[in-house]
Amino acid sequence: MLDQVFVLLKHWLLGYSPAAIQPAVSILLTIVPILLVFPVLFALTTVLERKGLGRIQNRYGPNRVGFFGILQPLADALKSLTKEDIVPASADRAVHFLAPLVLLAVAFLPYAVLPIGRNMIAANLDAGVLFFFAIGAISELSVFMAGWSSRNKYSLLGAMRAVAQMISYEVPLLLSSIAVIMATGSLSTVEIVEKQAGFSGIFPHWYVLTPWGFAGFILFMISATAETNRSPFDLPEGESEIIAGYYIEYSGFKFALFFLGEYLGMFAISGLGITLFLGGWGAPLPFLTWIPSWIWFFAKLLGLIIGFIWVRGTLPRLRMDQLMSFAWKFMLPMALVIVVAAGAWRFLPLGLTRWLVSVAFIAVAYVLLARGVETRNKTAKRIYRFAE
Amino acid sequence: MRPMSAAFLILAVVTLVGACAAMMLRGLVHCALALAVAFAGIGTLYLSLGAQFLGLAQLLVYVGAIAVLIVFVILLTRGGDSDSPPLAPAALPITGILVAMALFAVLAWAVLHSFAMHPSGQPASPVTVRQLGTDLMAGYVFPLEVIGLMLTAALIGAVIVAMKEKQGTQ
Amino acid sequence: MTPLTGCLLVSSLLFAVGLAGALTRRNTILVLVGIELMLNAANLNFVAFWRFGHHAGPSTGVIFGLFSIGVAAAEAAVGLALILAVYRHAKTTDLSQLTGRPQ
Repeated sequence: MLDQVFVLLKHWLLGYSPAAIQPAVSILLTIVPILLVFPVLFALTTVLERKGLGRIQNRYGPNRVGFFGILQPLADALKSLTKEDIVPASADRAVHFLAPLVLLAVAFLPYAVLPIGRNMIAANLDAGVLFFFAIGAISELSVFMAGWSSRNKYSLLGAMRAVAQMISYEVPLLLSSIAVIMATGSLSTVEIVEKQAGFSGIFPHWYVLTPWGFAGFILFMISATAETNRSPFDLPEGESEIIAGYYIEYSGFKFALFFLGEYLGMFAISGLGITLFLGGWGAPLPFLTWIPSWIWFFAKLLGLIIGFIWVRGTLPRLRMDQLMSFAWKFMLPMALVIVVAAGAWRFLPLGLTRWLVSVAFIAVAYVLLARGVETRNKTAKRIYRFAE
Repeated sequence: MRPMSAAFLILAVVTLVGACAAMMLRGLVHCALALAVAFAGIGTLYLSLGAQFLGLAQLLVYVGAIAVLIVFVILLTRGGDSDSPPLAPAALPITGILVAMALFAVLAWAVLHSFAMHPSGQPASPVTVRQLGTDLMAGYVFPLEVIGLMLTAALIGAVIVAMKEKQGTQ
Repeated sequence: MTPLTGCLLVSSLLFAVGLAGALTRRNTILVLVGIELMLNAANLNFVAFWRFGHHAGPSTGVIFGLFSIGVAAAEAAVGLALILAVYRHAKTTDLSQLTGRPQ
């Protein structure tokens, strides 16, 4: 009952509207919660990230505004709204203005195919996962527009690096989700979640609990970090490297829109990871199914966000050539092997055999590839020179 | 969905404006961005005609890959900052435009006066991805394998052609 | 004017625009852009006939369009690689300077 509270609320509100405008009201009632919930989540994440990073770096995060800094997003919003909007004199005004708009439009669209709860999906497309990736591919163009229109060498360099990185990491992202699609037999996100809904004993049928699913999930998350330009893949926008990369020349509200777009992209791709590997809105243990489905989705989303923040605070940044060689020389072959392992899993009979075969495929490939990539860049032994 | 509806007209206008802008604008990068708009318009037209997989594949491949590739090559060949005049010198552009207009006139006449233009009895059932997959693996498996080979050949060929030569022959 | 006619007119117009651009523009990259527009117009024809015309199989038009997109992608990649190689040799992408005839 609590599980379906939003669906029932929507139907009740629909019942009150005249029949002529019911389709429009239905669409509005589906879209408006998405437009409200995820920006609020964005605001909470900014506070969480700054406090979390602060604690990792042995300092307090923001704690002036409100109790434990919880009202910091309000202060940030006020600041970005009242800042002067500077556009460089030689910048291309039309493209410069359109870039954050395109990014924002493209950042909100993927939420339409994420199943947030049981029966709670905005558009049950037959090719939902493909829709997600198609929209993600369009966002690369907006990054390029932002970088190029500023007529700034550094921002153009940051934009080219960002686009190259996003294109390179799209391939392992797509391949690891192909393994899931193969195991499910459908591109529809609702069907993928429903396939992971059962329990065998105490373990759920989530794909992350299979060998290829585990490796695929790790690969998916690494590619997701790279796709959204998060550390340790944030060379195109690193603060200490290229100042802000492709959005140097943006100030005030447009910068806030870029920030919003980046975080929304992060949430969307985490949502897809949850849908593909972590069982969507399903509960992890059979006796916990009384907790509503949408609470499970948001709990898993929060877990992944904390993972992103943790990785940002812990790992150093990758250099551009290290990043690219990692994508093409390690992740792409690994993703192909994961697809093979998923195929082996699907067609072998249940039992120990298929576990051993899958794990063997992935382990052998991992050892060979890791050795292969490592011996390429042999660095000399470090010599310490101290002052005498 | 009634196809001659407002949605179809708007999408068609957006696509055509994007295409005209792609061919007429001054700056190269503006042309590439207008081309991306045209591609996106065509993809959305496919979606409105019920070809869901094809429309999304068009968006993924054309807008996400080919448009980005064109932009990369524009920047690599220094098209971004030089302001070369876009149209060819005096006499040539009008010939090309006349040829294109003549072609459009012939095609439009053929379309409007053809006797095969009445729609068939049943509209095409929206084809599911599962059906596409079955068809590709059962009926069209030979073209599928050939296109795999062709894409591999194109990939290797493009890399070799665009690679910098180690010992530069000038 | 049936829906099929409308779609076909749009695709013919798109084809004509692509042809005009490919014939008139001086930059090689823009010629390739025109070619891509023409390919897309043909694809639109396939989908329009699949949707409204008498169709051979239930998904023939869509499969044709899919293969056409694949071929176009490969051709764009090779064409752009060629443009890069020519630029590296002749330092220009201007067609009037690449024809070899004295202007």
